[in-house]
Amino acid sequence: MLSVKNLSVQFPTDDGMVAALNGMDLQLHRGETVGLVGESGSGKSVTSQAIMGLFKETRAKISGEITFEGTDLLALSEDRMRTFRGKKIGMIFQDPLSAMHPFYTVGSQIAEAYRVHNKVSRKAAKQVAIDMLARVGIPDPKKRVDNYPHEFSGGMRQRAMIAMALVCEPELLIADEPTTALDVTVQAQILDLISELQAETNSAVIFVTHDLGVVAQLCQRVVVMYGGQCVEQASVREIFTAPSHPYTRGLMASMPHLSGEDDRLTPIPGSPPALLDLPSGCIFADRCEFAALVPDNRCQNERPQLLVTGEHAARCHGHEMSLLPKTIKVGA
Amino acid sequence: MTATASTPTTAKPVATGRSLLATAWMRIRRSRIAMASLAVVVGMVLFAILAPVLVAIEGQDPNTTNTTPEVLDNFYTPGLPLPQYMYPSAEHWLGVEPGLGRDLFARLAYGARVSLVIALLATLVSVVLGTILGAAAGYFGGKVDMVISRIMDLFLAFPHLLLVLSIAPILQSRLAGTALGSGSFVPIASLVIVLGFFGWAYLARVVRGQVLTIRQQEFIDAAQSYGTSHRSMIFKQVIPNVTGVVLVYATMMIPTNITAEAALSFLGVGVKDPTPSWGQMLNAAQAGNWYLSDPWFLAVPSIALIITVLAFNLLGDALRDALDPKSSR
Repeated sequence: MLSVKNLSVQFPTDDGMVAALNGMDLQLHRGETVGLVGESGSGKSVTSQAIMGLFKETRAKISGEITFEGTDLLALSEDRMRTFRGKKIGMIFQDPLSAMHPFYTVGSQIAEAYRVHNKVSRKAAKQVAIDMLARVGIPDPKKRVDNYPHEFSGGMRQRAMIAMALVCEPELLIADEPTTALDVTVQAQILDLISELQAETNSAVIFVTHDLGVVAQLCQRVVVMYGGQCVEQASVREIFTAPSHPYTRGLMASMPHLSGEDDRLTPIPGSPPALLDLPSGCIFADRCEFAALVPDNRCQNERPQLLVTGEHAARCHGHEMSLLPKTIKVGA
Repeated sequence: MTATASTPTTAKPVATGRSLLATAWMRIRRSRIAMASLAVVVGMVLFAILAPVLVAIEGQDPNTTNTTPEVLDNFYTPGLPLPQYMYPSAEHWLGVEPGLGRDLFARLAYGARVSLVIALLATLVSVVLGTILGAAAGYFGGKVDMVISRIMDLFLAFPHLLLVLSIAPILQSRLAGTALGSGSFVPIASLVIVLGFFGWAYLARVVRGQVLTIRQQEFIDAAQSYGTSHRSMIFKQVIPNVTGVVLVYATMMIPTNITAEAALSFLGVGVKDPTPSWGQMLNAAQAGNWYLSDPWFLAVPSIALIITVLAFNLLGDALRDALDPKSSR
């Protein structure tokens, strides 16, 4: 239903073009939940915002292809794009307090989101908002509908935000780190809520997060991002048991385990790439401990392609040439 | 916006939310200066609105002349009110004016109407123009911003007073032939237009700056993500967030416009006799050199002007403090 191909987004700055996305690929089917993981600055949010069309042409250079049910979203005019936002594609933001307007009641914001796409009276829209609040599990929605965002607790705010994003029943929901600002118990409730609502409406969800635990709980498929590229794409099971890309292996190795065999976590050496000046070879090469295994300095000189084998895809010369060790233990 | 959450000294520490304006109102109620200036402003507005009633109670009329020798001296200084008519009395609450002997209280009251109407309408024009254009410039950015900003610069760089001095008479003579040309409509309308259209640029610049930071906030992205149109983006999402700034600025702009009206009328390009305004009264006091022999005649409109302008300015200050989310007072 959604297909992102070779998407590049560049932002002009005083120091030159910042390449936030460098050929991002992403496929999504109806009713599916895909986790978009990666460290800060890997382009997770840029990808979701590009799908929403939230970048102005004057501020960002976008190339590539975003197809949503056969429509090329990048070619759409602002007016046509607006008919997609909210109605076809909804978005949940990380911090619901700053994502809700401080001057309007929660109910009026949900009603407003509904009225953008549905010609109904204010009263009818308010009823929709009340129903929606009830659906996302806000107690006493008739009263709560007239509260301001700051009168809600963090978890309730995120529920309200979800209500706002889902009020028009979009077919695709982009959740941009919706649980990062919440504590763990509330986080679990919100995750349950999202998967419940998804089951009800059969919508697809892109779940942007850097929390692999959340991914394991919620998603069917995982897209791992690094340096504005998809470096690996696979089912949750495969990613956790048999990661191909050295970066994914590093991520798995750097996660704490409940078994507590090791006291120390294993970090990935080095730091994320500078997006101003990307290497011509593999973006991960200078942090990759397997780069030396690949002959002819290919990792330094040649950007690897995304190699798709069945449901599993990875972007690595070493993987392509089957030079990587089978074990997933990485580092010292 | 944590403004509403950061008021620790409320009577009831219940977690009921207060809107920004409700918080501001609470702060104003606690400040004695703010309440006093608000009372003066409200009083002045009531004074203007109730002018016909008050003058009827006094039993006078702003246009009736009393030039009889019983009222005005015609020997030493012809036209000067005799002492019992010059100063406040039961019959003429503020005395009569020299020259024509019209009742001073009646003219002050009717003059307040004209002065306040001009100042308020001109402020309204400036605020509407400044807010919408400033918000549009800040919100759209790019070319729209460039065009609007250059127009702002143009208006700010213009020699304001000179332009006003030259435009007011032109407008007056242009409108004079039309159906609107009779009565006091022309001078009032031309002052509103001139003051209004040349006061918006500064506010627009302030609003633009505010909107530039508001645009970065997440709720703007969120509103965009559910498909809000540009129009409701500007009017429903952006502009409510600049209300505080605009309100403060408008309160500060009113006294500026009152003095500007007074100055222009004083210079003879604004409101003209027989229509009373405070500026016109100042002009009359100056024109016949009456301020030398009858300083009271000059003092009455001056004091009214000073009190009103001071009250509006203090109210503006108090509003700014009250609407500032960072102030803890």
